[in-house]
Amino acid sequence: MKGSRVRVEVVAKWFDDFQALKDVSLDIKKGEFFSILGPSGCGKTTLLRIIAGFEDPSAGLVSLDDQNVVPLPPNKRPLNTVFQNYALFPHLTVFDNVAFPLQLRRENPKVIETQVRKYLAMVHLNGHEEKKPGQLSGGMKQRVAIARALISEPKVLLLDEPLSALDAKLRQSLLMDLDFIHDAIGITFIYVTHDQSEALSVSDRVAVMNEGVVLQVGTPYQIYEQPANPFVARFIGENNLLEGVILSKNGFCYTIDTDGLGALKVTSESRLWEPGQRVLHTIRPEKISITKTKPGGLSKDYNLLPGRTFESIYSGFQSKFFVHPEANEKMQLKVFKQHESFLERGPDISWDEEVFLSWDADDGYIVEAIPQ
Amino acid sequence: MKGRAGVLYTLPLMLWSCIFFIIPIIIVFIYSFLAKGLYGGVVWQFSLKAFSALFSWSFFRVSLVTLLIAVLSTILTLLIALPVSYYLARTKNNTLLLALVVIPFWVNLLLRVYAWIAILGREGFLNHLMTFLGYRGEPVQFLFNFWAVVIVHVYTYLPYMILPLYSNIEKFDFGLLEAARDLGATHMGSLVRVMLPNIKGGIVTAILFAFIPTMGSYAIPDLVGSTNSHMLGNSIAYNIRTANNWPLASAISLVLTLISALGIMIYFFLNRKPARHKVREAP
Ligand SMILES: Nc1ncnc2c1ncn2[C@@H]1O[C@H](COP(=O)(O)OP(=O)(O)O)[C@@H](O)[C@H]1O
Ligand SMILES: [Mg+2]
Repeated sequence: MKGSRVRVEVVAKWFDDFQALKDVSLDIKKGEFFSILGPSGCGKTTLLRIIAGFEDPSAGLVSLDDQNVVPLPPNKRPLNTVFQNYALFPHLTVFDNVAFPLQLRRENPKVIETQVRKYLAMVHLNGHEEKKPGQLSGGMKQRVAIARALISEPKVLLLDEPLSALDAKLRQSLLMDLDFIHDAIGITFIYVTHDQSEALSVSDRVAVMNEGVVLQVGTPYQIYEQPANPFVARFIGENNLLEGVILSKNGFCYTIDTDGLGALKVTSESRLWEPGQRVLHTIRPEKISITKTKPGGLSKDYNLLPGRTFESIYSGFQSKFFVHPEANEKMQLKVFKQHESFLERGPDISWDEEVFLSWDADDGYIVEAIPQ
Repeated sequence: MKGRAGVLYTLPLMLWSCIFFIIPIIIVFIYSFLAKGLYGGVVWQFSLKAFSALFSWSFFRVSLVTLLIAVLSTILTLLIALPVSYYLARTKNNTLLLALVVIPFWVNLLLRVYAWIAILGREGFLNHLMTFLGYRGEPVQFLFNFWAVVIVHVYTYLPYMILPLYSNIEKFDFGLLEAARDLGATHMGSLVRVMLPNIKGGIVTAILFAFIPTMGSYAIPDLVGSTNSHMLGNSIAYNIRTANNWPLASAISLVLTLISALGIMIYFFLNRKPARHKVREAP
């Protein structure tokens, strides 16, 4: 592995009397594709700028392979940044932009020439060497910036929302390219984004941040399936958040007297909850099945809720339903239904229809205990 | 605006530049080819005497001194103006600082030059300061020499340089400096390799704003210079007022105008936009 291990240890950052980062600690492995995910304003850029050396932490340490880099200026740190606004040098051609780091080191022109061509090929930009940044589209600019950041063979690549200024299709293809480049060169990538689908699709691990605090670090699977707290449960994907008091416990299966809905069964392996505890639990919309007739042959650990749709949104590959459960007309549950086969007569369930919602206890998830 | 109306709109401007710019130059041009009148003015008679007088050691010397003063004070002014404008552009609440730069424009140039006489003179502020700091020798005359002329020019044209530089640097994306630092450039390296090329237009403008008026300077060398630091402006004044040689004064003026025109041509050459290619969209 050519990358570095990056450790952020209890880093805090104050801007005057505003605290942008609160005791942030991360341990990023060599060669990992690590994402920092959070809503805008949560401190992602600040954290990245501290790692890059543009800001000093008010407290804490940043180390690369066990060397503290806080005293080093940005040009002495073996990491490079890809900026959201590209930050290409407008007076230089594509070639000279990419060659910039090597020219600073007074590298042999022959070496520069071959390296620039190699890295331009990596980002599919051969043939554009003599253009100025002003003549390039947004996607091409970001490709130049990526080549420029990689050519000096840094140990870590920092990417600050590199795709957020591009349109959706382009984002997807550039993201795939980044994933491919990461696999090809094997250095550590630290990828900052507010877009969860970007973070979940390419990362080895994701840190979810909010208001200057790291709330959870885990694989995309863990972040999605086992959110550590209500913010993560709400922020990642779509979710139905429910609250209730545990009535009984049978092995891993808990029966929860859920507010407004009555007894629901939820399996939980990771923690030992106790009857009488009040808990927050969730059920993902895509894990609920929605039918017009009462489903038969359910196992004993199934939940079944009759209800009425009050809105249905058809969007091609799936439909979204918003349902008032019969038990409590004021509540609403989100349900997503994948269209796995051709719908001959159009969507079979529309709005204002009696429906049955059902899901397995295994698909529910207990997030945390709520202090009473 | 391609139609006839367009011509109409530019008519006042054309009239204005005709009366105040082109006609005087034509007069100067014609006068330089005429003979000198005994008590000033010209005799309407073709003569190349004025131009042959230009090929003299003394004229060559004055030209050289003028060029030297202009080049030196332009360089010095630029060296001061660059960091000042950079600082101004990077300071958030810079209204007061900008006002300080502009205030000298409200005070007459002659008054400001007299202020310098009060500072640099034998009885001036600088000598008092030196005595205060323990200097016990004879008072020093800092005035009436080459360097006094350079210093007062630097002072006078500093705001003329700061303003165009500031307006250029202000538009510069300082994020580019961070990008350069990130890619391995030192602080100075990022300024030289990334900022300077991107504010080239402002630098060239600033240089012209100081260089051209300094080339034609008259009052400053007259007030704080000596005979060794006389400039072309002084020669023109001398030939008009004392030597009654209007054709020679006109010829010298022509030379000055040509040098300035050369400067402006270099300006347009350096600031020319490279031909734009069509932006090709690609994924
Ligand atoms: N230089 C600064 N001075 C004062 N506040 C700042 C500065 N930089 C960032 N902040 C504040 O810190 C918070 C986090 O900002 P940032 O790291 O840019 O968030 P993100 O990248 O997650 O959108 C924001 O509230 C922002 O206003
Ligand atoms: Mg940001």
